[in-house]
This record gives sequence, C-alpha cells and structure tokens, in this order.
Amino acid sequence: MAADDHRSHDHEHGSELSDLQLRVRALETILTEKGYVDPAALDRIVEACETQIGPHNGARIVARAWVDPDFKRRLLADATETANALGFVSPVGSHLIALENTPQTHHMVVCTLCSCYPWEVLGLPPVWYKSAPYRSRAVIDPRGVLAEFGVSLPPETEIRIWDSTAETRFLVVPMRPEGTDGWSEERLAGLVTRDSMVGTGLPEQPEEAAAEAKQ
Amino acid sequence: MSNTIHDMGGMHGFGPVEVEPSEPPFHEPWEGRVLAMQRAMGYTRLWTIDGGRASLETLPPLTYLAASYYQRWFLGLERRVVAHGLVGADEIEAGKSLRPGRGLNRKLTAADVPNVLTRGNYERPARAPARFKEGDRVRTRNIHPTTHTRLPRYARGKLGTVEAIRGCHVYPDTAAIGAGDDPQWLYTVVFSARELWGEAADPKIAVSIEAFEPYLTAA
Repeated sequence: MAADDHRSHDHEHGSELSDLQLRVRALETILTEKGYVDPAALDRIVEACETQIGPHNGARIVARAWVDPDFKRRLLADATETANALGFVSPVGSHLIALENTPQTHHMVVCTLCSCYPWEVLGLPPVWYKSAPYRSRAVIDPRGVLAEFGVSLPPETEIRIWDSTAETRFLVVPMRPEGTDGWSEERLAGLVTRDSMVGTGLPEQPEEAAAEAKQ
Repeated sequence: MSNTIHDMGGMHGFGPVEVEPSEPPFHEPWEGRVLAMQRAMGYTRLWTIDGGRASLETLPPLTYLAASYYQRWFLGLERRVVAHGLVGADEIEAGKSLRPGRGLNRKLTAADVPNVLTRGNYERPARAPARFKEGDRVRTRNIHPTTHTRLPRYARGKLGTVEAIRGCHVYPDTAAIGAGDDPQWLYTVVFSARELWGEAADPKIAVSIEAFEPYLTAA
C-alpha cells in the first residue's frame, strides 16, 4: 500500500476538487523537476485528445464500409490495416476488430474490468462507458441497458456482447439507414454516431439529420 | 488483483446508465494533465499497461467506487511513481521535488507524441502451437489468483466455444507483476447468456471474452 491511502479518503465524497487540482499540479511539478516529463509533450497529448482523435475517424470508416463492399470485406478481415489505409492523423493500433451489425445480430462492446476502448477511432471513452452502471450491467442485462439508450431491438435479434478483456479492440459497423441511396460518403458519415459504433445506439436516420440541420 | 472491486460484470445496484449529451473530452483541465502524465510515464517503460491496471484495481474499494475515472488514474499514478522509487512519499507529501530524479531509459518529447497516440502492439512470437482451434468447446478455469488477471469472475468455470484465434500476446497475469511477457495464445471465447446467468437468461444473448490460453481447458 502506498503513501496515498490515508489521503485518498479525502476524496470519497468528491468534494475536494480544488485539493485534487493542487495535487495534480504538484505531481506534474515533481515529475517535471525530476526530469521525467516534458510539459510541452503533455500539452501536445492534451491537444491531440481535444482536436485530433474522436468519433469522426470511426464515422469515416463506417461510411466507407457502407459505400464500398470491397472495403467492408477487407475491414471485417483486418480492421487495423484497412483503417490505416485511410490515413488518419493518429494511426490505428494493432488488433482492431470490426463487427458488422445485421438484422440477425446486434453487437455491443464493453470493458467490464476497466475501460478499454478503441480511442484512435472513437476518441476518449465517455464517462458512461467507464461507469459502474454500464460495466456491471452490459453483460447481464444488455436489453435493459439498450433501453436506457433509447434502443429497442426486435426480440428475435441476437445480441452479442464483446467484453474487451485483452488488447484487442472492437468497432461496431452499424447498419446503413434506409433512405440513404446515392448519399455521398461524407454525408453518410454525418449519420454515424459514436454510440452506434459502440453498439449502444443506432445511426441517425436521414429525417433526424435533416431536422438537426434546420435548427 | 483478481477478486477486487474493478471486476464489475454482472453486479447489480449501480443504477441506470447516465448519458451526458455533447460530452467534452475533459470536464476539467486537470483531467487532461492526468491523462498526459499517464501516457508520458507509460512511455518510460518502467511498468507495463497491466501493471498500471493492477495499481488501479488495488485501490481501496471505497476509494475506487467514489473516485471519478481520472481521479482513479491520478491515485494509481501517484502510488506507481512512489512504488517504483521515482518519487519519494515525502516529496508527494511536500508537493515538490526534494531530490534530483533518477535516469530514465526513455523520456517522451513533444516530437514523439504522435507515437504514443497509437496503441502498442502486444502480439509476440509463439513458443508453441495454439492448443485450441475455432469451434472447439472449452471450459474456463475456476481460478482466483490474488494477483492481476483478465479472466472476469462471471466467466470462470463456464462452458464456451472458441470463435477466433487472435494471435499470441503478452500475458497480463505475469506482465502485471513484473514476471515477464510470457506470451500466450489469445482467443475470443463466446458463452450463451444461459451458461453465464442461468436458465432464466434470454436465449438470444451471447457474451464473449478475450481469453488467454492458460484460462482455458478442453471440454
């Protein structure tokens, strides 16, 4: 047990934020003064998380899969190599696995043990993905969890939960919405939500996207 | 550790999933600094990704549950730099450096940042052929190690089917405790919800884990 144990109790009620901010700042100062970290490198990591990585990368992959059957076939065979061929700012790490949703099978991804997430293609995981409610119930009550996301699947649709217990990562390829024939890849990408690529949501329907555009 | 609070699959009582619309990458600037320090210190290769996970899992349960995600990361990082002798407990207490640092093999520079934005590759050369093949019926072992493992409690002692072989990978159970990569074959093993949760479970639901070969026996 490390020296922090008696101090960590201060944070059980989450009310000591300013104290925590001070501790984080102090640790960065210590690590910098000791020559272990370069603050400029830290700045660049934060910047990349805020601007470069995000679900727009995954949406591009899905939209391409919707319009290009050969790309989809290659994506399902080797998602890392196929996604990297698109040339993102941050290359996709090894062992990315694409899971195709069909009328028969709906895929949904969780990490019950921590928060493993394909962040090069989806960005940093949202709070709910890392939360106890999602991690505990996704494997035992997926229909209940989906209902909380407003998703109701036909009872005959099989639901497959993928627990990310190793360094493999999963990207759900949702079903292309009806009424999008002839749409450009870019326009299709606008329908692909983050949650639809985790399996807790469905892509936006064309009419939803149109309503949003009017607002 | 094995049966610690992080292993949440199948638990009840945490309430509904709460989704925040238009969630920002970080809610507070300190969260970004914690993530960045975590990545930068990971780059030194002084510990493994599994060693990092283990330091979060062994936080006191009440601390683990009450802390936000980035609070947990911060507490884990603080205890890790102390445990590895990089920072003294007195320096954490003082909030400043009291001695020069020790030499590191690698230090992350701004120019190297793009390299840490890509996940590492944990596949390693195999020392033996894979014991199982696609379609094999397997039973997970009923193990309760007191050190780190990636076999969740809900999937121990269960009958499943090998769906895919994912290559030979660093074995978290040894890597986390500094006992080396000990590469093991990794499989996607799928279980019916009924096998995991009993006869009342929905027959249309299946759950898979990524299982290392030592977790599995032939069935």
